[in-house]
Amino acid sequence: MGMKEKLHQLKLKYQDKKMAPAFNAIHTFLYSPNETTHSGSHVRAVDDLKRTMNTVIMALVPCLLFGIFNAGYQHYSAINGFPTDFSLMEHFITWDNFWLGAITVLPLVVVSYGVGLLIEFIFAVIKGHEVEEGYLVTGMLVPLIIPVDTPLWMLAVAVAFGVVIGKEVFGGTGMNILNPALTIRAFLFFAYPTWMSGDKVWVHEGVQRAGTADAISGETILGYLAQGNTEALYAKYNLSEMFFGFIPGSVGETSTFLILLGGLFLVFTKIASWRIMASAVAGSLVMGLIFNGIVDAGWIPEYSKFYGLMQFDFWKHLIVGGLAFGIVYMATDPVTGSQTNKGKWIYGFLIGFISVMIRVFNPGYPEGVFLAILLMNVFAPTIDHYVVQGNVRRRMKRLKNATILPKPSDGKAEELKVETV
Amino acid sequence: MALLSKKDANLILDPLADNNPITIQVLGICSALAITAELQASVVMAISVVFVLGVGNVVISLMRNIIPSKVRIIVQLIVVATLVIIVDQVLKAFAYELSKTLGAFVGLIITNCIIMGRFEAFALGNGPWKSFLDGIGNALGYGVILIIVGFFRELLGSGTLFGIPVLGDPIAKTGLYSIGYENNGFMIIPPAALIVVGIIIWIQRSRNKALIEEA
Repeated sequence: MGMKEKLHQLKLKYQDKKMAPAFNAIHTFLYSPNETTHSGSHVRAVDDLKRTMNTVIMALVPCLLFGIFNAGYQHYSAINGFPTDFSLMEHFITWDNFWLGAITVLPLVVVSYGVGLLIEFIFAVIKGHEVEEGYLVTGMLVPLIIPVDTPLWMLAVAVAFGVVIGKEVFGGTGMNILNPALTIRAFLFFAYPTWMSGDKVWVHEGVQRAGTADAISGETILGYLAQGNTEALYAKYNLSEMFFGFIPGSVGETSTFLILLGGLFLVFTKIASWRIMASAVAGSLVMGLIFNGIVDAGWIPEYSKFYGLMQFDFWKHLIVGGLAFGIVYMATDPVTGSQTNKGKWIYGFLIGFISVMIRVFNPGYPEGVFLAILLMNVFAPTIDHYVVQGNVRRRMKRLKNATILPKPSDGKAEELKVETV
Repeated sequence: MALLSKKDANLILDPLADNNPITIQVLGICSALAITAELQASVVMAISVVFVLGVGNVVISLMRNIIPSKVRIIVQLIVVATLVIIVDQVLKAFAYELSKTLGAFVGLIITNCIIMGRFEAFALGNGPWKSFLDGIGNALGYGVILIIVGFFRELLGSGTLFGIPVLGDPIAKTGLYSIGYENNGFMIIPPAALIVVGIIIWIQRSRNKALIEEA
């Protein structure tokens, strides 16, 4: 008797017990369940919620691995100096880097999943429904969008807050208004700002060593720009380093290259919406172009505190900071994003547009993408509402102008009207 | 020995729990968000509202038969304004620092929906004693929530209670701070009060299902 059969029999045995949902969660996570629908015609495919979630996680794994190596690379480079002739195998993919990254990043992953799934299990048992798969992706996103040295207890508190307030109070997976991963990040940002911004937190041990002779730091690209240190920035990092991600930042968001690959994978597997991604990229480029135009027109003096970020070439906004990561993995969240095709264009465009705007205008939040996505999450249902209403109105108009062949008196017109609405 | 008849006692007890002005009627939210970052301010605000609403309800109730109904809102406003000015002046005279923290919010007791709500809904139609009990009850119900919210926000946000450090010193790293604990800056900002009030509402309604509204 195979493992699947055994699990299935156990499931039947514990069917009406209180702990059944918790057990079922493990069972269906491993195997496709045996249940079939008995009534009506139906098409059954295995691309259920779980498969969808797992596909996203697969797209995230390269970012996680890169983040592990980068955590080590940034740490050792900050101590020993950056290599002058950078070679991938010699300086980046090394055991030292991997080991240091593993012992700093993997605990974040473990705490994120541990706390999040524990809360999901508790709620499932209390409410007596099945455990939902929603946390699988959130649990992987969270460690990738926070600084490497975030204390584990803070992460645990934030995850508990994000899952309960961001998701469970609305009714669990599929009912949430805000993206839970970003709710967690927003909570961390506002609750413990000293651990989420500045030039110390992006490098392992940066905070512990602050003020000592061995102090190390790693300012993010956006941090350099916000302070107007453009020359120092280009002296330290070149464009390909920014694109491939050998720069300080949150754990998994630095490599635009890998995010691009993950994004293509999600588009081709039809998991994530290419409309949102494309329009978000367009939105950020448009906002960047506007800012570049303002600088070119000479409307803003060089001593302005916005000058550094405003003169940054519009397309470079996409390869630094969390913008690419946010667009690919979080703006495309099917639950919190817009549902209609036209709505997706508007929703995505505004995410890109507002992200770059917040980035430039609010140096207090050097990265605006999480705020922009949360804001648009709130507006997504409104956008959808007006798209649907516009559709209804257009069809009503078409109906009014149409020549209806049956006489209006025999009730066909009313029938058609009902169908159209 | 009953000091209060059962009906009168309910006038005080009901607003404390099952008919709480903040968590059930969702009134007076503005001040609950604005001044609950510190416990002391919450307590002073609660006491001020108890005074204004208790006395105001009696005054309105005594005048209820001579107030022309067309101008009753103006009369009510004058009564509240007078009482609020008394509170404001007392605070300025005896607790100047505190009155600075509360700032405009003492003056804004006038606009607290609970007060006008009780005048309209209760004091205009009931005798002075009942109105007094009703005023005290509602103000206490409001105050209880304010104090609960203030307690959690000050404890988690600043690590103090009434300004006294209870979790250790965050700068010298003593007490809880020595093991890496840090104050939660989120609790200081007003949105946190909304979430704390929300959690109180959640707990209250899951304990008493009768309070859950029809969807």
